[in-house]
Amino acid sequence: MRVEPGSMIEIQHLSKTFLASDNEIEALKDISLTVRGGDIYGIIGMSGAGKSTLVRCINMLERPTSGKVLIDGIDMGALPPAGLRAARRNIAMIFQSFNLLMQRTCLANICFPLELAGMKKQEAREKALRLLEIVGLPDKAKEYPARLSGGQQQRIAIARALAADPKVLLCDEATSALDPQTTRSILSLIRDINRRLGITVIVITHQMSVVEEICNRVAILENGCVIEEGEVTEVFARPQSAAGQRLVFPEADSEPLSAEAEGRVIRLIFNGAEAAGQPIITQMAIDERIAANILFASTKSIGSRVYGKMLLGLPDNGEITARAIRYLTKCPNVTAEELPAKKPAPSSLQQ
Amino acid sequence: MLNNLLSSDTVREALQILRDDMPFALWETTYATLLATLFAVIIGLPLGVLLVVGEKGGVLPLPSWLIRSLNVLINLLRSIPFLILMIMVIPFTRLIMGTTVGTAASIVPLVIAAFPFVARLAESSLRELNPNIIEAAQSMGASPFQIIVKVMIPESVPSLISNLTIAVTTILGYTAMSGAIGGGGLGKIAINYGYHRYKYLVMLFAVILLILLVQVFQSLGTALSVRLDRRIRQKQGRRRRKSTPTLS
Repeated sequence: MRVEPGSMIEIQHLSKTFLASDNEIEALKDISLTVRGGDIYGIIGMSGAGKSTLVRCINMLERPTSGKVLIDGIDMGALPPAGLRAARRNIAMIFQSFNLLMQRTCLANICFPLELAGMKKQEAREKALRLLEIVGLPDKAKEYPARLSGGQQQRIAIARALAADPKVLLCDEATSALDPQTTRSILSLIRDINRRLGITVIVITHQMSVVEEICNRVAILENGCVIEEGEVTEVFARPQSAAGQRLVFPEADSEPLSAEAEGRVIRLIFNGAEAAGQPIITQMAIDERIAANILFASTKSIGSRVYGKMLLGLPDNGEITARAIRYLTKCPNVTAEELPAKKPAPSSLQQ
Repeated sequence: MLNNLLSSDTVREALQILRDDMPFALWETTYATLLATLFAVIIGLPLGVLLVVGEKGGVLPLPSWLIRSLNVLINLLRSIPFLILMIMVIPFTRLIMGTTVGTAASIVPLVIAAFPFVARLAESSLRELNPNIIEAAQSMGASPFQIIVKVMIPESVPSLISNLTIAVTTILGYTAMSGAIGGGGLGKIAINYGYHRYKYLVMLFAVILLILLVQVFQSLGTALSVRLDRRIRQKQGRRRRKSTPTLS
């Protein structure tokens, strides 16, 4: 990933409070983030965490109650209306619902931001045609958006977003309405654009997979606060907060109780182990002749490393269990421990 | 009376009037309706736009007293029955047209009655627009004026046209009513012959022509609205047309 020096987006102590009829809703609380030029920065959180409000504060579609947003050094909140409109041309945005103009052809949609900027028709047309090539839909110039699939509509929206040569691309749940395969192709298009044009990208999503796929940095948002922030590999490897853990390992809540297993149970924690989980267990079977039963696994590969946890069932034999723990602990970045002996679990734990 | 209605003399006389007077009356009604609609749109559409963009949280928020008084004015004009409104604006009509009699003069009260109606119809059309599309335009740096002219109105065209069709048929009804006090056209013929001279057959002919006019305007409006709608409906229409041969 190309990383240009210096920060492209700086959010400083940003708060946003909505006034409802008789109470105040604090959507964002004292948020400070720095996005460097060339980053693909993920902002992830459950719905209602304030992601959409945050991204709308970046281009002042929502006015922050307090705090500052600097884009390429420009204080967005201090701009007069005309200045803000000019600055917004540098900050393109794509949406979950694509938001294309339904009464315009795809070509005319892509021309729209150029039209706003006062570019000549012919020039705008030529540029739009080039952008249609970039997003892979050169034959859709004369079609109306209603006749396109969701993925195609999002490609047109991306072409439209790129038309004004923005420095920043904001993606507000841009793939949430798409199927997994289309999501992948849209994400790779975004990554491609980031690499080729050096555009800084902010990705708002509730899907872990999206962040894993294209982001290099991530912030986890919960109840209007940034609870974790940093490199994707770091944050996803060792989510510190409860909310972070819930996001990274959503299955972890359903970890089966050891009571279900016959014999002893070992919990393995992968903390960036080099290999995938399977070979370790297989290797143990070959080297130590211990056959372990995988009772539960929730692991993720981030880069070439593995994070997550696994429960192994072993025969009810202290010597074998100790040997297995010794063997597994020798592997780098893996910790192993025996779970306490099975007890009749109170049913409330199981939810 | 019934014998009278269908006696050969009355039929012959009615046909005579149908041939001699109706074509011109039809023309008068048509042009009064269309001209009145045109002026009503010129005044009403911008007001409808203001009602939508000017409200709190709109694209171009205006002082709330302005929006409130605009609403009151529109409601006020809409609550006066057309026949009474026509009489009330007689001095104004005379001021503008120099006369209060004739088809051209009847356009003044028609416009005054129709523009508040058109403003409300335009307002409801513009409110149907998905707010996310406006937000997208704002995110691209569109000015309020650009949003109105390049987004809100073009995107609402199908709905605006079908609502305008409603306005046209309503105004057509008003033109007929204006025949009662000096307006020309089919309404005048229906009232003069039917009400003042008991020639019901002539009135019937005039009414039939009015019905035909409404049908024509409505069909044209609906066809135009569907034709200009680039959204999903057209796609479905095409599909249906394609699938018909295979089904039959």
